[in-house]
Amino acid sequence: MSKENVVLRVKRQDGPQSPARWEEFSVPRHAGANVLSVLMQVRENPVTASGQKTTPPAWDAACLEEVCGSCSMLVNGRARQACTALIETYSPNGEPITLEPFSKFPLVRDLVVDRSRMFESLKKVRAWIPIDGTYDLGPGPRMSQKTAEERYVMSTCMTCGCCLEVCPQVNTHSPFIGAAAISQARLFNAHPTGQLNESERLHALMEPGGVADCGKAGNCVQACPKEIPLTTSIAEMNREVTWKAVKDFFVRDSDDHEKKDAS
Amino acid sequence: MSEERYAVVGGGLAGLMAVIKLAESGKNVDVFSIVPVKRSHSVCAQGGINGAVNTKGEGDSPDIHMYDTLRGGDFLAEQPPVRGMCHAAPGIIYLLDRMGVPFSRTSEGLLDFRRFGGTLFNRTAFAGATTGQQLLYALDEQVRRYEAEGRVRKFEYWEYLGFIQDDEGACRGVVAMDLKTMEIQSFPAEAVCMATGGPGIVFGRSTNSIINTGAAASSCYQQGAWYGNPEMIQIHPTAIPGEDKLRLMSESLRGEGGRVWVPSDGRAGLPPKGQPWYFLEERYPKYKNLVPRDVGSREIFDVVRNMGLGVDGQDAVYLDLTHLSAEVHKKVEGVLDIYEKFMGQDPRKVPMKIYPAMHYSMGGLWVDYEANARHDILPDSPRQQATNIPGLYAAGEVDYQYHGSNRLGANSLISCIYAGRVVGPAMIAYAKSRPEKRAAAALPSTVAEGATARWRERFEQIRAMSGAENPYRLGRELGDLMSERCLIVKENSKLEDGLKKLDVISDRWKSCNVLDTGRTMNQAASFVNALWGMIELGKAIMKGSLLRDESRGAHFKPAFALPKPKTHKPTDDPEWMAKWKERNDKWLRTTLAKHTPSGPEISFEPIRSLAVEKPILAPEPRYYE
Ligand SMILES: Cc1cc2nc3c(=O)[nH]c(=O)nc-3n(C[C@H](O)[C@H](O)[C@H](O)COP(=O)(O)OP(=O)(O)OC[C@H]3O[C@@H](n4cnc5c(N)ncnc54)[C@H](O)[C@@H]3O)c2cc1C
Repeated sequence: MSKENVVLRVKRQDGPQSPARWEEFSVPRHAGANVLSVLMQVRENPVTASGQKTTPPAWDAACLEEVCGSCSMLVNGRARQACTALIETYSPNGEPITLEPFSKFPLVRDLVVDRSRMFESLKKVRAWIPIDGTYDLGPGPRMSQKTAEERYVMSTCMTCGCCLEVCPQVNTHSPFIGAAAISQARLFNAHPTGQLNESERLHALMEPGGVADCGKAGNCVQACPKEIPLTTSIAEMNREVTWKAVKDFFVRDSDDHEKKDAS
Repeated sequence: MSEERYAVVGGGLAGLMAVIKLAESGKNVDVFSIVPVKRSHSVCAQGGINGAVNTKGEGDSPDIHMYDTLRGGDFLAEQPPVRGMCHAAPGIIYLLDRMGVPFSRTSEGLLDFRRFGGTLFNRTAFAGATTGQQLLYALDEQVRRYEAEGRVRKFEYWEYLGFIQDDEGACRGVVAMDLKTMEIQSFPAEAVCMATGGPGIVFGRSTNSIINTGAAASSCYQQGAWYGNPEMIQIHPTAIPGEDKLRLMSESLRGEGGRVWVPSDGRAGLPPKGQPWYFLEERYPKYKNLVPRDVGSREIFDVVRNMGLGVDGQDAVYLDLTHLSAEVHKKVEGVLDIYEKFMGQDPRKVPMKIYPAMHYSMGGLWVDYEANARHDILPDSPRQQATNIPGLYAAGEVDYQYHGSNRLGANSLISCIYAGRVVGPAMIAYAKSRPEKRAAAALPSTVAEGATARWRERFEQIRAMSGAENPYRLGRELGDLMSERCLIVKENSKLEDGLKKLDVISDRWKSCNVLDTGRTMNQAASFVNALWGMIELGKAIMKGSLLRDESRGAHFKPAFALPKPKTHKPTDDPEWMAKWKERNDKWLRTTLAKHTPSGPEISFEPIRSLAVEKPILAPEPRYYE
């Protein structure tokens, strides 16, 4: 091991149907480097450590400051954003660093996976405020700074997928929507206008793959790069859903009565 | 008629707002983005969004906001759109509030506002230290709602390549490439809006996201769209230097009381050796650390490069928040976290080391506007945000319109959302007024197929490039050259030489190696194509810089700077005022770049809203006490 170079071991796969392989790259080490800055060095000279010419590995990235959620991958097996994975932390003495794509999402190529199911889940839980229109209708509802702060933390969710990747209940065959979407349901239910659609969100969470599928492993909250209290969100939504189910039982009854009255 | 389909390229704040306006009017919209729209560069904005809501009893008003904006940009912007933006700003902030943005609040539960550079008012609404992220998410959520209803089709991981152009030169839709399969397709549209953001990566490293290549704007420019004020590039005074990116330390840090200093070397006029020298506070007693960005950047450059006072002999000065309370630190936590994550030091305890960095492009695709005699922007005019190409619109950082020669902090987010709000109705108005033969449904299939075929051929050529140049290394060289020649201080000899060097880079591009011939997510092929656009745009920036022989806002040429006025206020020095007027008569003009195969053709055009009998504001000297 030398401290002159950074060694990356990258799991490569040309496409979902292609076989996987490992490639090792070794590039000069710079102060303050992170996994993405090293991947940038690699594409400027895409040659493996053993001198083999290869294609530059494919990876997702945009903001490079952990706010866009693009560069999710497994760094030494840990689900995280690659931009903040500092070489100094992962390889203090020149240890090789392993990069792999997330395993719970369909692979596109190399380190890139398809996380569109997460955006679909946001549709399911109706993660939006149903405003009347974009016309000038004056200010929104007043809110305490405390509520604003609680909502803010939940609202920093980048849909990066770390919470799904580490969840034992999530895999390509399971319908569980995962912590991110559940927490978004809570975010919108916590808004005075969003609350008006509370029951739609709760109903979505009652469906198969909803909040009841959580196995309470608690991995999500550990993995979240934004330190969102995901387990608290899940617990709260669980409670709300239970209440809702009880209420529904009676309301459905009274609905039936109303219908009978009307007929 | 309801089958009308519009295209919006880019899903940042400007693009998403345009989508919402179109969808809200019952139109179908296709939105294209190289990344899922929720990951657009707008997430990076930290500090906030401006609107003169005046909740602090300071007597702020949209007109003062307009004055600050126009003067901040040294009067290079057309005035009616700026006025429209500033007057719409409070309503837009309320709209965002209604959409559920978790804005910071006062104790009464109202929106809180903070102070940003270039103004004396608390005018900036903010959501923690990630305002852009929060605003983008709010718009993203509204768009998702329309997507769930089937109004909006998202094409994420799709790259815009060019517009479909008919034989009359009109834009009839877009050609785009699926970045996962590299499949190229045409999408006819009634009208197209470019909302593709800024060109930071032309400068290699900047505060921008690495997807901000400017290649989409460059492609429009190469197809005949005019590019306005290319040389107006904003340098932000405070960023952390880095190998991969220059990470912004938001102006809000100074808004909340952060102070900039260097240790004095004890020379005459400075504090005793080793003591902090708060050079901005000393040189600008009124604005202090919140001078506009161009002024701040130049002062830091001066103290470091000319006076040799950089911290530890490096290109760095201190930005100090250690004296502020934990409560204040909490307000800007998101930014402080970035510093700590990347530098491994806690800025609550140790002053940060920062240096100016390329940040924003005031210049961009030229767009039109239409106002009445009272300077009101006409909401249903097809001319708003329209480029010179019929059917092609632009909104957001990609347009040249709102910030003149220098943008004020927190004014970009508002300009993006405002432009997006204006452009949607303008596109609809265009579709109503244009000749019927220009309807998307009337587009001859041969025209669309021809456009697709040309781009497919182009990518076949790129896939066959097997020369010796690594495109990423060439991109880095381009960035280094642009950063050295076109940022804080500009000199004509270096710009002339820079233009020659850009020609060499163009030639070298032809011997690039594509590195990858695959058909699944071939990022290198996409980059080789984008790099060509970056070089072409670089030439417009370099040439505009060369030909504008004056200093204005972010564009600073010491050889042509006006002398220092003899009086405290320049307006009291008639000799200076005469020189200032002479300069304005010659240079208070919009730079227009038109693409030709042999390089940009540059002209300086009158500012239309100043050519009228009674402009909204008569230009006045821009100075900050
Ligand atoms: C670090 C940082 C902090 C900032 N802070 C502030 C602030 O506090 N306040 C403020 O007012 N401004 C701030 N700004 C400026 C502001 O963030 C940007 O100017 C603004 O967000 C730009 O928005 P936009 O909608 O024009 O484009 P972007 O958000 O950049 O979006 C561009 C869109 O176009 C898409 N796109 C680009 N090229 C293509 C292509 N070829 N094909 C398809 N799609 C494409 C992208 O995928 C993306 O969806 C900051 C900027 C930076 C860099």
